[in-house]
Amino acid sequence: MNRLEILRATAAELGAAIAARTVTSVEVTRAFLDQIEAVDGRVHAFLHVDAAGALAQAAAIDERLDGGEKLGPLAGVPLALKDIFCQEGIPTTAGSKTLEGWRPPYDATVTRRLQEAGIVILGKTNMDEFAMGSSTENSAYGPTHNPWDLDRIPGGSGGGSAASLAAFEAPLAMGTDTGGSIRQPGAVTGTVGVKPTYGGTSRYGVIAMASSLDQPGPCARTVLDAALLHEVIAGHDPADSTSIDAPVPPVVEAARSGDVTGLRIGIVTELGGEGYAPGVEQRFREALDLLREAGAEIVEVSCPHFRYALGAYYLIMPSEVSSNLARYDAMRYGLRVGDDGARSTEEVMSLSRAAGFGDEVKRRIMLGTYALSSGYYDAYYGSAQRVRTLIDQDFDAAFQDVDVLVSPATPTTAFKLGERVADPLAMYKSDLCTIPSNMAGNAAGSFPCGLAPEDGLPVGFQVMAPPLADDRVYRVGAALERKLAERWGTGTLTDQLADGEAGAYLNLKEA
Amino acid sequence: MALSPTDVARLAGLARIHLTAEELERMAPQLDVILDAVAEVSQVATHDVPPMSHALPLTNVFRADEVRPSLSAEAVLAAAPDVEENRFRVPRILGEGA
Amino acid sequence: MDEVLDYDDVMADYDAVLGLEVHVELNTASKMWCGCTTAFGGEPNTHTCPVCLGLPGSLPVVNGKAVESAIRIGLALNCEIAEWCRFARKNYFYPDMPKDYQISQYDEPLCFDGHVDVEVDGQTYRIDIERVHMEEDAGKLTHVGGATGRIQGADHSLLDYNRAGVPLMEIVTKPVRGLGDKAPEVGRAYMALLRDLMRALDVSEARMERGNMRCDANVSLMPKGAAELGTRTETKNVNSLRSVENALRYEIRRQGAVLASGGRVKQETRMWQEDGGVTTAGRSKEQAEDYRYFPEPDLVPVAPSREWVEELRASLPEPPAQRRERLAGEWGFSELEMRDADAAGAIDLIEATVAAGTTPQAARKWWLGELARRANESGLELDEVAMAPAQVAELQRLLDAKTINDGLARKVIEGVLAGEGSPAEVVDARGLAIVSDDGALAEAVDRALAANADAAAKVRDGKVQAVGALIGAVMREMKGKADAAAVRELIMTKLG
Repeated sequence: MNRLEILRATAAELGAAIAARTVTSVEVTRAFLDQIEAVDGRVHAFLHVDAAGALAQAAAIDERLDGGEKLGPLAGVPLALKDIFCQEGIPTTAGSKTLEGWRPPYDATVTRRLQEAGIVILGKTNMDEFAMGSSTENSAYGPTHNPWDLDRIPGGSGGGSAASLAAFEAPLAMGTDTGGSIRQPGAVTGTVGVKPTYGGTSRYGVIAMASSLDQPGPCARTVLDAALLHEVIAGHDPADSTSIDAPVPPVVEAARSGDVTGLRIGIVTELGGEGYAPGVEQRFREALDLLREAGAEIVEVSCPHFRYALGAYYLIMPSEVSSNLARYDAMRYGLRVGDDGARSTEEVMSLSRAAGFGDEVKRRIMLGTYALSSGYYDAYYGSAQRVRTLIDQDFDAAFQDVDVLVSPATPTTAFKLGERVADPLAMYKSDLCTIPSNMAGNAAGSFPCGLAPEDGLPVGFQVMAPPLADDRVYRVGAALERKLAERWGTGTLTDQLADGEAGAYLNLKEA
Repeated sequence: MALSPTDVARLAGLARIHLTAEELERMAPQLDVILDAVAEVSQVATHDVPPMSHALPLTNVFRADEVRPSLSAEAVLAAAPDVEENRFRVPRILGEGA
Repeated sequence: MDEVLDYDDVMADYDAVLGLEVHVELNTASKMWCGCTTAFGGEPNTHTCPVCLGLPGSLPVVNGKAVESAIRIGLALNCEIAEWCRFARKNYFYPDMPKDYQISQYDEPLCFDGHVDVEVDGQTYRIDIERVHMEEDAGKLTHVGGATGRIQGADHSLLDYNRAGVPLMEIVTKPVRGLGDKAPEVGRAYMALLRDLMRALDVSEARMERGNMRCDANVSLMPKGAAELGTRTETKNVNSLRSVENALRYEIRRQGAVLASGGRVKQETRMWQEDGGVTTAGRSKEQAEDYRYFPEPDLVPVAPSREWVEELRASLPEPPAQRRERLAGEWGFSELEMRDADAAGAIDLIEATVAAGTTPQAARKWWLGELARRANESGLELDEVAMAPAQVAELQRLLDAKTINDGLARKVIEGVLAGEGSPAEVVDARGLAIVSDDGALAEAVDRALAANADAAAKVRDGKVQAVGALIGAVMREMKGKADAAAVRELIMTKLG
């Protein structure tokens, strides 16, 4: 395979080629490392590239395959790891200055499972600080740029992972999703991102933002690639008490099948209308038509409490944040400032936290501290938890009637870098459609469904399924992907990116 | 409800974040806007709705009482800002614990 | 220095109300949320891992044995066991707490509404238990650079997290009233009862001097006949049974002096100073801390099935008080003998020694006599002395068989404690057996009579007390390896 064939191939194809020994993992890994070298100056998807480690890992996989060992379908395929996953000995910052230079003494369960599956970790990707944001502009290390338009945001918090896929710097990436941090970047970069059922993937070794909402999940350019990655990382982990001890849903089978005949799909009435870009709604409707063509039945469903989801989320999430981020106190690891021999521990803690955290992190810690403080708990945190119950009940009622729910993944396409920095509320609204699934803990994914006519930017189609019915998300995603490919006569949306003008600055043209 | 810079200062104390007077002035209205936007939440749910603290209804997840290897002191202390005699060294402490 | 009033003067006008918060470290093998060992000691920071260090990304998983122990404690204290309860985070910044929050329980304790009865001077006092909940211990701070090793005046502090995350149970009483002037004694008796209970349940070593069991003693005064509670203080750093009683007595006298001078008792934390026998002011608690408790999202609720609870209830050991009464009857001990045995921590040891074939009185004699003395000399608890109940029984058998005498027995104990083997082995190795060769003994008696003619004459004249000096001389001659009764008989025979 030549350079462009390697970069443009799906992860499934690469895995098959490596297993067939038509290409080596080292060749594949080197091609992606070269691509990172060539384009990441513009995209800034990576915070750390571990070229030596990746090549050594690739060589070890090659050796095992040469020795006749049978490995999994993704063995030898490279991956970009969000900088929120601990990887032993590799700098892990969660996008924060407070953790600059920190090297974990242990692996996250997800990191370990990736390595055990023979997946080659290229490096760590950029993100909003501690996953708080929808644009990567809250990273302490500068924003990531959207490969579709370098002046635009790649989504967030997992903008680095999504951009690395769209810029063909990696065929696979890992994300985490607390309020949409996998799905919203997937939507605005024209890539696939799935938030598994809460408890379906392990949070052990994932730097926590909001424990009751965080969930690691796969990012890829195709539905099958995401499903293959999902299968590698999912499954019970005794180190995470909230991990579900049940078989992994048959996601790969669902992604291969894509059969939606007779499936009942519910459009969420509340997730559309005012505030939604016309191009977003247009592509969303067209996607529904395609699914109807494919044999699905489309109905409209009301989830009346979803309109309170954003408000409840911005009470529960900051509350958990305020507690989870207390540990960054300059005592055991991380940034310490002001320790001049005269200042007390209390002062050094306050100064270090002031210096180590960015504005958005501070805002959320303050909000959460307020929501939990005595006298306000019932009105804020307590009420938000009751609303969470109502949202969950809305989902339950809806899933009595339909197999999956759908909506646009985001109200708008990628906005300009800097556009919403001064307006936190506008930024928060990027996650309007994705938050309900985090609140209820069910499975949801975003799939590319075309470019908005008004700005030529990607639109994401969200599919939500009941807890542990993650396979339905993939089934619908795969059906849509096939129908769109037929219609476009190309492969994926990112193939259109590579074949278009951006192909030049993305180093995807023959030299 | 409007937060005053004094309220914000009290929260900053609880959250152990040093904020300058300007930062307090700047942050108070920002937090107000957000709190206004989320305030309707307290009107939606009545007390007969049970609060939901966990996404899934799991109970009784326990591990066996078995000793596993610890990290080496070297690994434990590698990231420490300051070390003395294999312990984390921290500045003098004013308050007592809880 | 705080003013204090005479205890009886305070008691003339006020009733003391107690509230005791007791923390007990469980004796599980591993910590509360991770597999690190709970073994005492160890090089600093070697019993730690990502979880108990609170490293980014780490998550807790509940030690099932700790939950079981907590339920057993609750049952032994006659508590209700929650059908469903959650852990909660108690948020506060302190460097000994690696996550800067403590995982504890808040308004949903595992065990609640219990009671126990303690006895002081023949009077029974009921103590109502409000709750028993699960939480985790903190790391150990060492303050450096100050004159006293205390936090005040220190230059900096050092942290060892080996104890961080060790399972901790908090047992909280309701306010205890109606104690008359016995509040300090009741406080102490309650702590002694808890200690015995923890050991009987085998859930904790419950050694106060090691910090396995710690007491925060709340006390307030209310004027006799009043209905409202007075302002309380909470005294920490109370590290022995004796200090519980002394600290309570001191606080009552101090608060009495404050009230007598027309002052107001400040709600505060006070520290017991063992050396001075006083409490000193700590942090003011007038402004309640805002701990921002909320349900711990990283742990799922605990919902013990009723079957499990009943299984645990059925397997509870006999309550310590009941057992003590039964043993006193079986052994024929007086109340005083039983109390002494209890105070010395000898009941289990006597029981095991009796089980190994010794009479209760003989077992009591060794454990409360020679062995208690040895333990005291080396600063050990009685059960830490390097002599097992079976060895004490063996010693007693050697004595009964007249292989050794009392004096030799002490040398045998010395040998056993020095690690020289079992009592029989020590007797052999040190050659401590009584000489039963009549010839050798007769020669020794003859020599003693010749050398102590005065004493011999007195005995002949009927002054039998003088025989003691002669026996002593023979024993010296025999290096103690003779049976004193046999020696006496021989002397009397020879002196006609």
